[in-house]
Amino acid sequence: MIRRRRRSTTRSGVPAWVVALAAIAVLFFALPVVGLVWRAPWSHAWAYLTEDSALTALRLSMVCSLWATLLSIIFGVPLAWLLARVQFVGRSAVRALCMMSMVLPPVVGGVALFFALGRRGIVGQYLDRWFDLRLPFTTAGVVIAQTFVAMPFLVVTVEAALRQLDTSFEDAARTLGASRWYTFRRVTLPAIGPALAAGSALAWARALGEFGATITFAGNFPGTTQTMPLAVYLALETNPEQAIVLALVMIAISFAVLVALRDRWFIRAGNESTRVQP
Amino acid sequence: MRTKRRLLVLLVAIFGPLVASCGGASDGGAKGSGGIVVFAASSLTEAFTEVAAAFNVINPDAKVTFNFAGSGDLVTQISQGAPADVFVSADDSNMKKLTDAGEVAGDPVAIAKNTFEIIVEKGNPQGIAGVADLAKPELLVVLCAETVPCGNGAAKILKNSNVTVTPKSLEDKVKGVVAKVTTGEADAGIVFVTDVKAAGDKAAGVEIPVDVNVVTNYPVAITKQAANAALAQRFIDFVSGSQGQTILAKYGFLAP
Repeated sequence: MIRRRRRSTTRSGVPAWVVALAAIAVLFFALPVVGLVWRAPWSHAWAYLTEDSALTALRLSMVCSLWATLLSIIFGVPLAWLLARVQFVGRSAVRALCMMSMVLPPVVGGVALFFALGRRGIVGQYLDRWFDLRLPFTTAGVVIAQTFVAMPFLVVTVEAALRQLDTSFEDAARTLGASRWYTFRRVTLPAIGPALAAGSALAWARALGEFGATITFAGNFPGTTQTMPLAVYLALETNPEQAIVLALVMIAISFAVLVALRDRWFIRAGNESTRVQP
Repeated sequence: MRTKRRLLVLLVAIFGPLVASCGGASDGGAKGSGGIVVFAASSLTEAFTEVAAAFNVINPDAKVTFNFAGSGDLVTQISQGAPADVFVSADDSNMKKLTDAGEVAGDPVAIAKNTFEIIVEKGNPQGIAGVADLAKPELLVVLCAETVPCGNGAAKILKNSNVTVTPKSLEDKVKGVVAKVTTGEADAGIVFVTDVKAAGDKAAGVEIPVDVNVVTNYPVAITKQAANAALAQRFIDFVSGSQGQTILAKYGFLAP
């Protein structure tokens, strides 16, 4: 006898097992944060946070991660465009190459950056010799390390959006006499807006949390290269309580930004993209 | 259908061993009758790997598994319940942290000492002769952060020598300083004698006089939760014995 199983579903029509698995996933991410909050020394939190070293690291983290995001957008969007729209020999290889830093252990990434841009590096030796320009141990070095690990997150997201985008809108705009740049600005960009926002947010978050490539390539010095993750790691050795407070601040900031983006930027950009459709 | 089945086989092949190993680690594996897990400071990596090989010649059934990391990280891991039988610290203060936390059985004993050297590029192209030279403004000097043993030592040495250095970076671990000098990004740093030795021909060492130098201890202890305290003790005895000490000396460690 065949008994038809009645699957339990929630009111919104989502199967209960989906909700259960998703709930486990949420717990998996929430519990470590709860753990930090639970162990945080709340009575000293403000004192730890307003220490000069903490504020300096926080400011540096903010400046560097925003620069890294900006560079990721400037170079990453054209790269995504190239990978999505232009057929050329070795495209898969180029794509894989540009995604490499996602799987590379960041510390190895930092060493690789030495070999490329360091004082004895392939390009770095000329920067040093001709322009007296040295990237390691500078704030610019931090930005480069962060961009190196963060940009692929933006490229992947934007490329996927460009691939899914129906090119007939762009073709129509072009046929109607719009220039390439105008078409990009008024048709393509609004359509991939949500993906660009999501990709930028991902890249920014990755840059903010970057540790391995930064400490390897840029070193660790308060005020010039010591970002929050580095400060947190070093504080763990001597003052774990302060490390927890600093980590919570990073979490709070990124949480606030990501939530705000979600509500303001993503949705608005989403509406704009629908407006483009005829 | 066929591709589906193939995918299933692939998934089982990938995740099967993972599931099996998760279940097995707690009762069998390294922690069973014939194995110990040694948590050792990363500066001991090369020396202890060789010590374990020699130990295995006499005790063929004894499996010694290592977890090498910074002493501070190891203390955190053990305090959070990582399955260690033996803990070897690169300084007394991290051992004290673990002892104070009540995670150590018995008293720690010293198995080796270490001291410091200036690490420079191969051939010493900048002609660095001593600690005082590190103050030269044109030199790129990197040190360890004072929160880790090598940085603590370096700070004391600079203080003893009355030298003020403006480092370009305060590394989180001694190997970070070594890497920056061996890749040519930095001109000099202060690291353990054993690190200069381990760097081989990629770097050179400049001696620091005994009167300003700092000597650090490497204490070892059996953890309270050790699953195999008897074998752990045998391993410690072996390291302290003549054969173990000969190997440690070869890597630049001093007798305790």
